[in-house]
Amino acid sequence: MVYFGDLKEKKGKIHINKDRCKGCGFCVEYCPKDVLEMSDEFNIKGYHPPYIKNEDECCYCQLCETICPEFAIFVTLKEEEEQGEKGESRP
Amino acid sequence: MKKEDQLEEKNPMEDLLRMDRIPHIWCPGCGIGTVVTSFTEALKKSKLDLDKVVVVSGIGCTGRVAGYVKLDSFHTTHGRAVPFATGLKLANPELNVVVFSGDGDIAGIGGNHFIHAARRNMDITIICVNNFNYAMTGGQVAATTPLGANASTAPYGNFEFPFSLPYLADAAGATYIARWTALHLRRVTKSIQEALSRRGFSFIEVITPCVTLYARRNRLGDGLNLLKYYYDNSEIHHGADTRTLDISYQGKLVVGKFVDKEKPTFLDAMNEHLGKVLGDKYVLYGRINDDRD
Amino acid sequence: MKKVKADPKGVLTGAHYLDGDHSLAEGGLAAGCRFFAGYPITPSTETAERFSERIPTVGGVFIQMEDELGSIAALIGASWAGKKVMTVTSGPGFSLMMENIGLACMMETPIVIANVQRGGPSTGLPTLTGQQDMMQARWGSHGDYEIIALSPDSPQECFDLTIEAFNLAEMFRVPTFVMTDECIGHMHEKVVIPPAEEIELVERKWYKGPKDKYLPYKPDKDMVPFMVKAGDGYRFHTTGLTRDERGYPVINAECQDVCVRHLVDKINKNADKIIKLEEEEIDNAEIVVISYGITSRVAIKAVQKARKAGIKVGTLRLITVWPFPEKRIKELAKKIKAFVFPEINLGQVVLEVERCSWGQTQVVRVPHCGGWVHDPDDIFHAIKEAAK
Repeated sequence: MVYFGDLKEKKGKIHINKDRCKGCGFCVEYCPKDVLEMSDEFNIKGYHPPYIKNEDECCYCQLCETICPEFAIFVTLKEEEEQGEKGESRP
Repeated sequence: MKKEDQLEEKNPMEDLLRMDRIPHIWCPGCGIGTVVTSFTEALKKSKLDLDKVVVVSGIGCTGRVAGYVKLDSFHTTHGRAVPFATGLKLANPELNVVVFSGDGDIAGIGGNHFIHAARRNMDITIICVNNFNYAMTGGQVAATTPLGANASTAPYGNFEFPFSLPYLADAAGATYIARWTALHLRRVTKSIQEALSRRGFSFIEVITPCVTLYARRNRLGDGLNLLKYYYDNSEIHHGADTRTLDISYQGKLVVGKFVDKEKPTFLDAMNEHLGKVLGDKYVLYGRINDDRD
Repeated sequence: MKKVKADPKGVLTGAHYLDGDHSLAEGGLAAGCRFFAGYPITPSTETAERFSERIPTVGGVFIQMEDELGSIAALIGASWAGKKVMTVTSGPGFSLMMENIGLACMMETPIVIANVQRGGPSTGLPTLTGQQDMMQARWGSHGDYEIIALSPDSPQECFDLTIEAFNLAEMFRVPTFVMTDECIGHMHEKVVIPPAEEIELVERKWYKGPKDKYLPYKPDKDMVPFMVKAGDGYRFHTTGLTRDERGYPVINAECQDVCVRHLVDKINKNADKIIKLEEEEIDNAEIVVISYGITSRVAIKAVQKARKAGIKVGTLRLITVWPFPEKRIKELAKKIKAFVFPEINLGQVVLEVERCSWGQTQVVRVPHCGGWVHDPDDIFHAIKEAAK
């Protein structure tokens, strides 16, 4: 999608540390694009971590990264969109 | 999945966390981890010299925060985090001291130290994680437990009136007071940034869910439900009168930045007054943290 | 550790007429103390008052905290920020400080606490003397730990031993106590303060190695770990929980064993470097009068009378009360007929003498409930009885 002539949408790549997750569900609940969902698999501690349902919808808002109490999920900017430039919300 | 992460990128927060101690001890759905994330975001955005930021915690669930952040950190005795921070700050005014502790530690056993540090306008930042009970020891009633709530030492319901922490801080003379819930992620980050870069006593209360104890005893659901409840029932009123900020059991929460004023800090007042009285004989104390002026 | 010279700004060189309380403050300033957090309590308040008067022209901070609990916590924080720190208190305040004294021991923090003892227990006799906190200095906080306690017998020694206390605290990273009492605290005598160049001070062992290899509690050859201060970029963590060398809490029996034994051995195995005693005519003595603080001065009269009466009396003055000089007492117990120990309490440090004598000699207590010093005749009679 391109807006106002040449502004491209940001896309995020989601990294989930499954074994650190404690299955609280905050990320799933608050993702504005419904990218994540709780999986049925068990991690090493017996919790259900989330899985990425539609990665294409991720708009790099980083809410899941900020809200996760376990530091188990973070988002990086997808390479092909910004060509190595870091987004302005990451200092 | 983990191996891939190690190859390409690691979680950007990891350079501020003691990764050899993660996973942490907090329950699934506990809001403290979220507040720590907001804190690390604030540290990075504020561009402060992180070698000079010091974290002091007391005892309790929130008290464990000192052990997980990769800064000079101190895990002190119950209730005495605030005077410990006072000692650190006065001995080295260049340090940026943050007290990160719970409601029981700061306003319960540490109540006296809290009001005096506020009175003196000690240049420290206090992040008080309020989960309405003494969680670490099993969910006992605290000075902030709402009227009617259940706790392990109030098994028939709490009949004591709780503190309104912003009101207490205001009455004691704090110069920056804000309250948010844990879900107000970026607002908490912004408040912490403001507090770290200003001079004077800053108090930020963050209301977080306590899953295993407060929520379970009061049948309020799990961490997610309670977090959602606090957020959905909160109203932002910046500058609200601190007298109107009581929290009733499962009632409306008023959040926002209530107080932000200027007042000389303890060291400012000391230097000014003694300089005036003693003139040339006075030895000026401490090169006050320059990059924040 | 490093030996440094005193900062002349804090040294009030000259001959003065000071009381014990004021000498404590001067001793602190001469030793380089630049942070004082205290709370007023009779009979120690004068020390805090003098410090608050002197520190603005020397350069440092005085803060009167809201209570003794806050005072001791602020002290530990300030020590971790790199300053030399002290406070002064008396019985009731001493009791309040106990929890955080344990914290200072666990975190291995150098601090100096002066206790100007008064009659106890509880509010007791605020304006009159006692020596009733001696065991509390050693055992007051919970758990196993060791501390150092010195006992001055005059305002001059209040000055000298405060400097000594700072040096010991810095050398061993341990809370050090100066146990004086109201009598000496309020006694005016000549105090000679030498020029700054003649005062030798010790600074704590600062770590200078690579930042990522720093282990806060790894003992050095002398059993004392290297210290850093907050703000220097070492990003260390320290806690009151049982901790390992990294400063991280480890909750199991093995770590407890290593950690607590270290805290105790650090002082006990270095006891020879710490203990100071003053002995007189002890070689051929039949009776040895042990004492400390003000009682040692009262005992002199009794000892002189006893010697005139033909009894072979030696004196042993405890300048260092903790760690207790076990070896010396064990040695003497084999040779002499009796120890006579006057104390202004109902028997505290004398229990240590009884313990270390192993039943090989008589130990005679000369107790006094407090409020005044002994009548020298009481001590003389005790010596006479013991000599029979």
